[in-house]
This record gives sequence, C-alpha cells and structure tokens, in this order.
Amino acid sequence: MSLKDKIKCFQGWLAGFTATTLLVGGIAFGIIFWGGFNWTMELTNTEQFCISCHEMEDNVYVEYQNTIHYENRTGVRATCPDCHVPKEWGHKIVRKIRASNELLHKALGSINTREKFENKRLKLAQNEWRRMKKTDSRECRNCHSFDSMDYTAQGRRAFNRHIKAVDDGQTCIDCHKGIAHELPDMHEVDASVVVGQTSK
Amino acid sequence: MKKLLLAGSVLILGLTAVVPQILAEEQVNSLRGDHALDENSTEPEMKNWQLDRDPIPRDHVKQPPLIPHKTQGYKINLKFNKCMSCHSWTKYKEAGATKISQSHFEDRENNVMANVAARRYFCTQCHVPQVDAKPLVENTFKPLPTVK
Ligand code: HEC
Ligand code: HEC
Ligand code: HEC
Ligand code: HEC
Ligand code: HEC
Ligand code: HEC
Repeated sequence: MSLKDKIKCFQGWLAGFTATTLLVGGIAFGIIFWGGFNWTMELTNTEQFCISCHEMEDNVYVEYQNTIHYENRTGVRATCPDCHVPKEWGHKIVRKIRASNELLHKALGSINTREKFENKRLKLAQNEWRRMKKTDSRECRNCHSFDSMDYTAQGRRAFNRHIKAVDDGQTCIDCHKGIAHELPDMHEVDASVVVGQTSK
Repeated sequence: MKKLLLAGSVLILGLTAVVPQILAEEQVNSLRGDHALDENSTEPEMKNWQLDRDPIPRDHVKQPPLIPHKTQGYKINLKFNKCMSCHSWTKYKEAGATKISQSHFEDRENNVMANVAARRYFCTQCHVPQVDAKPLVENTFKPLPTVK
C-alpha cells in the first residue's frame, strides 16, 4: 500500500467512524449533557440552594419560618422555588437566566447586610409584585385556585372578597402581599398603613 | 418609749409572719400554677381561634371592641401595620370593615394626625382576638341598660 492508499483507507475508516460512532457517541454525550443540565436545574431549584447565600437565609428565610407556608395544620409546605420559580419549562429557563443577575449582585455585595437589604427591599418586592401581577399570580395558582376553593368553608371575610375578586378579575397578589415575608417599609407606597404624621 | 417601740416591732414582725400564711390558705396561685421556681409549669391547654363572625356587642361606652376575626400572622411593626390595610379610612369600604374612629388620630396633646396616632398604633394593646377559652374567673358585670 502506498502512503496515498493508506491515507485513503484511514479516511474511509474515519468516515465510518464519524457516521456511526459519532452518532452513538453524540447521543450518549447529549444524554449526559442534557441530564446534567436538567440535574443542575433541579439542584438550583431547591430551598437548600436558595439559602446557601446568607443574603437569602438571614432575611427572607428567617421571616418565612413564622408563616403558614412553612408550618400549617395539614403539613404541606411551600418552599422558595414553589413561589418564585415557574414550573413550566420555558418560563423556568427564562426566570433562571434573569435570576443569574443575583450572582452579580452577590459579588457586588448589594444586599450583604441587613441594613442594605432593608434599603433595597422595596425595589426587590416591587419586582416580585410586578412579575406576579403580570402572570396572574401563576405560582400561587400552581397550588391554589379560585375554582377549587370551598368558599363555604372559608372565613366570611375571605368568602366575601374572593367571590368579588373573581368577578372583578383581581389576582392573589393584589390582596396577599407579605404572605411569606415581612413587607418593606411601606411609607412611600401607602401612607394609610403606617403611623400618621402631624397634619400641620 | 423603748418598750413601746419594742412592742410595735414585735407586732409588725408577728403580722409579717402571719399574713403570708393567711394568703397561702386562700390558695393564691400565680398563673404559672403551684410549682417550685425551678420546676417546669404545666403545659397550657391549646386554644382554637374562633371563626370570623359578626361584630361582638360592646358592654360599655368607650370599650375597645373585641376583634371578631382571626389575626393569625398579622404583623404590626414600624414599616407596616396589617390591621390598617383593612381598617384605615381609605381601605375600610373595600374591605367591608369598620373604620377606626376619630379618637385613633389624636396624640396625647390632642393634636390630630393625618393617620393613626402613635399611641393607637399597636392595635392589639387594646383590641383582642377571641379563642374558645372559658373565663378564668366568674364575671358579674352588667352594662347599664340605658347606655348599652
Ligand atoms: C448567589 C447567592 C444567591 C442565591 C443562591 C439565591 N439568591 Fe436570591 N438574591 C441574591 C441577591 C444578591 C439578590 C439581590 C439582587 C439585587 O440586588 O438586585 C437576590 C434577590 C432575590 C429576589 C428578588 C428578585 C428581584 O427581581 O429583585 C428573589 C425573589 C430571590 N432572590 C429569590 C431567590 C430564590 C427563590 C432562590 C433559590 C432558587 C435564590 N434567590 C437564590 C442572592 C442569591
Ligand atoms: C406549594 C404549594 C403552595 C404555593 C405555591 C402557595 N401556597 Fe398558599 N398555601 C399552601 C398551603 C399548603 C397552605 C396552608 C393550608 C392549611 O393547612 O391551612 C396555604 C395557605 C395560604 C393562605 C392562608 C393563610 C392563612 O393564614 O390562613 C393564603 C392567603 C395563601 N396560601 C396565599 C398564597 C399566595 C398569595 C401564594 C403565591 C404568592 C401562595 N399561597 C402559594 C400552599 C401553597
Ligand atoms: C380582593 C382581595 C383578595 C384577592 C384577589 C384574593 N384574596 Fe385570598 N383572602 C382575602 C381576604 C380578605 C382573606 C381573609 C383575611 C385573611 O386571611 O387575612 C383571604 C383569605 C385567603 C385564604 C384563607 C382562607 C380561610 O378562610 O382560611 C386563602 C387560602 C386565600 N385567601 C388564597 C387566595 C388565593 C390563592 C388567591 C388568588 C387565586 C386569593 N386569595 C385572592 C382577599 C383576597
Ligand atoms: C408563599 C409564597 C412564597 C414563598 C414560599 C417564598 N416567597 Fe419570597 N416572596 C413572595 C412574595 C409574594 C414576595 C413579594 C413581596 C411580598 O409581598 O412580601 C416575595 C419576595 C421575596 C424577595 C424580595 C424581598 C422582599 O422581601 O420583598 C426575596 C429575596 C424572596 N422573596 C426570597 C425568598 C426565599 C429565599 C424563599 C425561601 C426561603 C421565599 N422567598 C419563599 C412569596 C413567597
Ligand atoms: C383582611 C382585612 C382585615 C384585617 C387585616 C383586619 N381586620 Fe379587623 N375587621 C375586618 C372586617 C371585614 C371586620 C368587620 C366584620 C364584620 O362586620 O363582619 C372587622 C372587624 C374588626 C373589629 C370589630 C369592630 C366593631 O365594630 O366591633 C375590630 C376591633 C377589629 N376588626 C380589629 C382588627 C385588628 C386589631 C386587626 C389587626 C390585628 C384587624 N382588625 C385586621 C377586616 C380586617
Ligand atoms: C389605647 C387603646 C387602643 C388602641 C391602641 C387602638 N384602639 Fe381601637 N378603639 C379603642 C377604643 C377605646 C375604642 C372605642 C371608642 C372609640 O371609638 O374611640 C376603639 C374603637 C375601634 C374601632 C371601632 C370604631 C367605631 O367606629 O366603632 C375599630 C375598628 C378600632 N378601634 C380599630 C383599631 C385599630 C385597627 C387599631 C390599630 C391601628 C386600634 N383600634 C388601636 C382603643 C384602642
């Protein structure tokens, strides 16, 4: 065999390799990559992950522990991702990409003390309110819905307002702000829910 | 004079010895119950919140009305007052609640504030929610029929 032939032979072998082996290998790689991707998605979708940053653990997590979504009569718990990360795949990816901005602010130390957190809290809360308003409180509705509520079993204040909310097209976050955390300083947002100043 | 002083102090000493005994015989217990200081008190009985209901009739003039609904998880702090999200003058209609009365706007010098005054800010100092508890002591209070 001449050198030329040898090269040709090798090329043939290579062609065979690329055709079959690469296909199989590609699929294998794809599975591993894809699995790894989803695995990462799952890993970053746990409460454990969220509170691995002290910014999340020291503020919102501590407050959430005193609320109904942490501990209740039936023992069903709603965790951070349940309320903050969409379940549906496409929305989830988009939210995850947006949330990578939190890494930047982690590095910048934007909210790395309680004081800084409280100062920025209104802005963060407003982002969340806007998001929920836009999606008709989609994450709340993953667990709750007006359709499956037994209104007769609810307190009368809940009953009265829910019936009306359905007609008026209001959404959960319109009335249930601060359901899982303390609210930010509301002086700027609504002067009727804070202490009055002299009217002079 | 000395004798008189002596007699006096004996009398006082005697009294201080006897009075606690009389009290003890009347079985005066603290809310903790009859436990030595270094012992645990008995576990309090769990009480259930009462369901939301009609306003509860008031028994006398200027009585802070009792709260006829659950207040579980309602926070009152410097940043926000949950009660005011339904009872303020701008919210009460929408919430179907009673609005806070004018008295709640006045500070102790009778200046009228633009919203609830600081001394009326912590609502649950005066207004209390209800659980299914039996009264600890019998109450024979009867409101005057003319001011009821
Ligand atoms: C790397 C540390 C870190 C982790 C992990 C983390 N966060 Fe955050 N988070 C931050 C920081 C820093 C901010 C503040 C961003 C800013 O200043 O704009 C923030 C802001 C937020 C906000 C406000 C959003 C907004 O749009 O302003 C929410 C909601 C939130 N985090 C929820 C979560 C949830 C849910 C998880 C778990 C899935 C999580 N975080 C994991 C550091 C983290
Ligand atoms: C993972 C499921 C889940 C999600 C997501 C969820 N909840 Fe809940 N929610 C629950 C459970 C469970 C309870 C407690 C039921 C019980 O045992 O009383 C509850 C209770 C409540 C209550 C009753 C509070 C009380 O004091 O009685 C309100 C109001 C509420 N949720 C609003 C919301 C809102 C608003 C959202 C979205 C921001 C939301 N929930 C998201 C599961 C969820
Ligand atoms: C128009 C205002 C309004 C809207 C919109 C609204 N709620 Fe409520 N909800 C109330 C009020 C008022 C109560 C009773 C007071 C309270 O629990 O603090 C209540 C109580 C509840 C309770 C407790 C019921 C009980 O009797 O124990 C749940 C659960 C709840 N809401 C979930 C939701 C969810 C989920 C949505 C969105 C699908 C929603 N609410 C939308 C006003 C509203
Ligand atoms: C029951 C739903 C629910 C759960 C569970 C929940 N949150 Fe939230 N979170 C909200 C809502 C609603 C807001 C918007 C602000 C508000 O109304 O309190 C919010 C706001 C935030 C903010 C912005 C700052 C602020 O206080 O407004 C951060 C950060 C945050 N959540 C992180 C978390 C983390 C971390 C967890 C888990 C420990 C968690 N949340 C669990 C509903 C939830
Ligand atoms: C979600 C809205 C809401 C919140 C929050 C709320 N209330 Fe109410 N409250 C009502 C409604 C509605 C009524 C009237 C009940 C009725 O007439 O059916 C009421 C009635 C009352 C009454 C009785 C008034 C009367 O005329 O007898 C008092 C007192 C009261 N609330 C105090 C409070 C206090 C204190 C808080 C905070 C710890 C609070 N409320 C939080 C809605 C609310
Ligand atoms: C220092 C005690 C005190 C505090 C604190 C207080 N109240 Fe009152 N409240 C009263 C008294 C006394 C009355 C009845 C006489 C009156 O109207 O002034 C009353 C009446 C009311 C009424 C019925 C009003 C009416 O027109 O019949 C409501 C509703 C009420 N309070 C809500 C609140 C709320 C909400 C807060 C917290 C923001 C609050 N109160 C704080 C003492 C208090």
